[in-house]
Parts: sequence; structure tokens; C-alpha cells
Amino acid sequence: MPDEAALRNPGRGLGWRVRAAVAGRVVLATFGAYGVAALSTAFLSLVLPMVRSEAVATATLLSFAIMVGAVVWVFAARTLARAALGLAVPAALLAGGLWLALALVDTAPPA
Amino acid sequence: MRRGFRQSMAWLHTWSGLVTGWVMFCVFVTGTATYYRTDISLWMRPELRAAAVAPGVAAERGAAYLKVHAPKAVSWFVSLPQEDRPLIGVYWLDSFEAPIRQASLDAETGQPTTARATQGGDFLYRFHYELQMMPMLGRWIVGASALVLLVALVSGIVTHRRIFADFFTFRRDRSAQRGWLDAHNVTGVLALPFHLMITYTGIVTLAFTLMPWGIASAYRGDEMRFYVEAGQTPAWRAAAGRPAEALPLAPLVDRARAEVSEPLEMVIVNNPGDAASTVVAVFEEPKGLAHRHPQVAFEAVSGEVVARLGTLKPAAHAFTSFLGLHEAHFAGPALRGLFFLCGLMGSATIATGLVLWSVARAPKPGLAPGFGLRLVRGLNLGTVLGLPIGIAAFFLANRLLPVALEARAAWEGGAFFAAWGLAALVGFARPHGRTWREMGTVAGLLFLSLPLVGALTTDRGLDFVWFDLAMVAIAAGLGSGAWTLSRYEDVRRTRVARTAQTLARA
Repeated sequence: MPDEAALRNPGRGLGWRVRAAVAGRVVLATFGAYGVAALSTAFLSLVLPMVRSEAVATATLLSFAIMVGAVVWVFAARTLARAALGLAVPAALLAGGLWLALALVDTAPPA
Repeated sequence: MRRGFRQSMAWLHTWSGLVTGWVMFCVFVTGTATYYRTDISLWMRPELRAAAVAPGVAAERGAAYLKVHAPKAVSWFVSLPQEDRPLIGVYWLDSFEAPIRQASLDAETGQPTTARATQGGDFLYRFHYELQMMPMLGRWIVGASALVLLVALVSGIVTHRRIFADFFTFRRDRSAQRGWLDAHNVTGVLALPFHLMITYTGIVTLAFTLMPWGIASAYRGDEMRFYVEAGQTPAWRAAAGRPAEALPLAPLVDRARAEVSEPLEMVIVNNPGDAASTVVAVFEEPKGLAHRHPQVAFEAVSGEVVARLGTLKPAAHAFTSFLGLHEAHFAGPALRGLFFLCGLMGSATIATGLVLWSVARAPKPGLAPGFGLRLVRGLNLGTVLGLPIGIAAFFLANRLLPVALEARAAWEGGAFFAAWGLAALVGFARPHGRTWREMGTVAGLLFLSLPLVGALTTDRGLDFVWFDLAMVAIAAGLGSGAWTLSRYEDVRRTRVARTAQTLARA
């Protein structure tokens, strides 16, 4: 992230390394945080212990708080690699859980 | 990040706030105006007077029009005249994929209204969440910007170590930048609960556009089924494919009204003319936060009740309460006024934040501003003053365009965008302190002219006195704000070094 001198003089004193790191975090915050929020919504909608429509409403209401939390994490983490790892682990767990839930939970419309 | 949590959040606040600021300023201003959407619509249709027509009769008048003009539609919607909207609104869908079509009917005659063609307050309302673009594109831009604003709000809160002290801090005289920072903090912190609430609930109004994955996984993408199971809409009955004579609407409507105490808002006819047609009476929301409409659905041919929708389960209730909080339909005049003021403060927080970014980066005396700074200054001027100029032009066009003009409603929208575009061009051509003063004066004069132009072009006497007073207040606010701002942008030039330090610390 830019140091204070760079913050005072945007566009000056920013090496390409810093620029790339910032761009990396922006991309990670946009797509990574959305991905985690989307996976958690899909997963929780299937597994929350309530009626299906209630689970969807709860999971969707929560999703935006989860996304903001993930964005804050991406910009607060010490390095880009740590930030990426911090999203990748929950994303992998959620994706695995979602895959299981899709196989086990009956989502067919009533006949 | 190397420099600790608070600094990284300060950086995040600065940049997320900047990129989302222009869109969100427009969304806040038009959303704040939308608290008075019906008042704006009444002002924009001065030919209309309150009409006393029984709901059942009005429903039949609307259906009679639709029978002639949309006999093959899959759904008819008839919105009934209300005190603040003395018209019958008819809407219909030719198919589920087709865009919704509509007409406004005179409540007394059931014929198309002779009032001037205008979108009224709906223009600003639609702009608020679709930016008058292709609906899905506009909603995604607004929704994504709102998510970025939520990030800016959260990181802004973290940035403040002295959130309570900031209530009482306004160091106008210390330095130009300090003054702007304090103005940003005062308007931001004072109405902070509102800013957080309105941003989160606003995102929730677009929830299934932005985050359709719960419905995708649990309902295999069948959104309709979700709303049916959540108790928010009656189940859709497929058409039988053979025609049948439906019962008259008025007795059905009266039976529904005997069950529900709220005023009737809309009557829906699904599959009109078909043997499996249904009639749904939709009522206004009962007192309380939740945005949910009691509904009674009938078989159109037999008159049998097929569904009654009222109470919701907890999560659906919470969800609809978020929508209700955002729209503030529950608010009486005093609370509505408070919401309006909070919306103005939100707009001011965004505007001062945008200006603060440019003031903090003003070049040293004698140096030319870089491309980024010129861009931000131009966008700031074009947005913060350009949008109000567009709105004033929109209102003026409503009074000045000939009533019988072809495509009149579109011309009003054209006036809005033309005036805004012109103002933005001026802002880019000369993004200086003086331009703030001049454009602010122009914007103020435009709003000030509205009561006068209104009095000269209509015969409604003092019917719109509250609207006129609001226009004068807006004129005063714009004028004085722009003058103050231009002074600071000029004074600022000599204090670069110190203010840059304060920003880094802030």
C-alpha cells in the first residue's frame, strides 16, 4: 500500500510494484469478496435450519455484510498473498460445503 | 498492510469514497427527493384535482379500458385513485417477457387523462435506482456503487478515533481543509445511523439482482416460487386455454375490502378472459415497518377465494422491514421530514467528501493541477451543481413546455439531461473556485424562478405553497453553499504543506 508521501502526492513516487499491489487488491476485493459472499449465500440457503424461503431471505440479508467484511479484510491484510489466502480458504470450504449440500438437499419443486 | 489497521482503512475510505461519490451523490439527491414523490407528481400535474370514486367502480373503469386496449394480455394491473394520486393507473403485460405498458385514466370518466403528459416524481424515483438507463445496467451500477459506499462507511467509521468529539468540532477558521473535513465529519457522523441504514436497506432492495445465488441454489433459480413460498405473492394459475365470462369486479373488490381494513391500492387480473383467470385485491401496507401488502385472491369466474396473504415468517418479515425502512412509507409528516433532512445530510457528506479530496490535493502556488485533479474537480462541479441544475430544468420544462406537445414526458427528461450536460461541460472547461460561485448562483436562480413561473402558468393559487417554499429553501442552500465553497477553494492555495499533513493524520 502507498506510504504517506505517496498519499500526499498521488501519481508521484508510486512504483509499479505498489501500483500492481493496489490493483491486485482492488481486483481481489471486487471479485474475491463477491465470490465468498455468493458462495456463502448459496450454501446457507440450503443448510440453514429453517423453511427454504426463510433460509434464502436470511442468507441474502447476511451476504452483503459478509461481502463488506471480506473487502475490509482484503485491504487490511499485511500482504496481497495473505489477503488472497484469507479469501481462498473460506471460499474453498464454502464451495465444498455447497457441493455436498447440492447433492444431499432436495431442491426439486413439489410435483 | 504495512501501516496498521486504521491507516489502511483511512486509505480505503478516501479511495472507495471517491470512486463511488459521484454516482452515490446522484442517488442520494434523487432518493431524498423521492420521499416527496407524490407531492412532486401532484405539482407536475396541476390539472388534476382530488376525485372521489368508489374503489370498485374505479377498478371496473380501469378493466373496461384494458378489455379494449389489451384483450390478450397475461396480466392487468389497475392502481386505484388515491388522495395524493387522483388518477386510475392501468398497466399490462402482453407476455412475461414483454416490457410493462401503461396508461393514466381520468378517475371520473375512465378515459385517458387530459392532464399534461409527464413522468412526475416517478422520473426522479426511477433515476434513483436505475439512473434512467437500461434497467438492469442501471440497477447494477447503483447496486455496486452502494456496496462500495457501504465499504466507505465502515472504513470511515474505523478511521475516526474521536467519533463523539466530532459531533461538536467545527474548526471553520483553522484552515480551509480543516473546515471541509469537519463539515464532512459533522454531516457524516450526526446522521450516521441513517447513512448506514439507508445504504444497507438500499442494497437489500436490489438484493436478488445483486445476489441471486440463494434462489439459484435453493430454488434452482425459480424466483416466482420463492415469493410464493415466502407468502408474498399468490401462486400463479396457468391459463385454462378456453374463454369464460368473469364476474363483475366491483362486488369482488367490495368483498375483499370487507376483510381488510387498509385502503385498497391495486386490483390485478391474471389471465383476463380465461376460464382460470384470477383477481387479486392488493391493499396498502398496515401500520408498521414491514413493506408487505395484504392480498386477497379470487377465482374470477366463480368468485371463490383462492388465497389470502397477510402475516409473514420472521426472516421474510425482517427482509420486508428492510425495504419498508428504506421507503419510509410508514413515516408521518414529521418523521418523513426528518428522513428528508437526513437524506440531505447524506448528500452533503458525499459532496463535502468529494470536495475535500480535491482541496487536499490542490497544487502549490504556481504549479498547474495534474490530470487527475482536473478530472475530479470537473466531475465534482458537474455532479454537485450539475444535478440540481438538471432537476430545476426538469421542473421548469414541466411548466413551460406546451401541454399538448408530442412526446412531452420525454422532452421533460431531455431538458433534465441537456441542462445537466451543459453544466457539466462548463464545469470541465473552467473547474475553478469562481465557477462554483457562478454555477451555484445559476442553480439558485433557477430554483428561485420556479414559484414565479408556477404562479404565472397555472391557476392553483396557494395549493402548492409548500412546494414553492421548498424551492426557495433549496435555492438559498445552493447559493450560499456554492459561495462558501468558492471562497475556500481560493483561500486554500497558500496552505498546502500543513493541510497535506492534517489529511495524512486524519
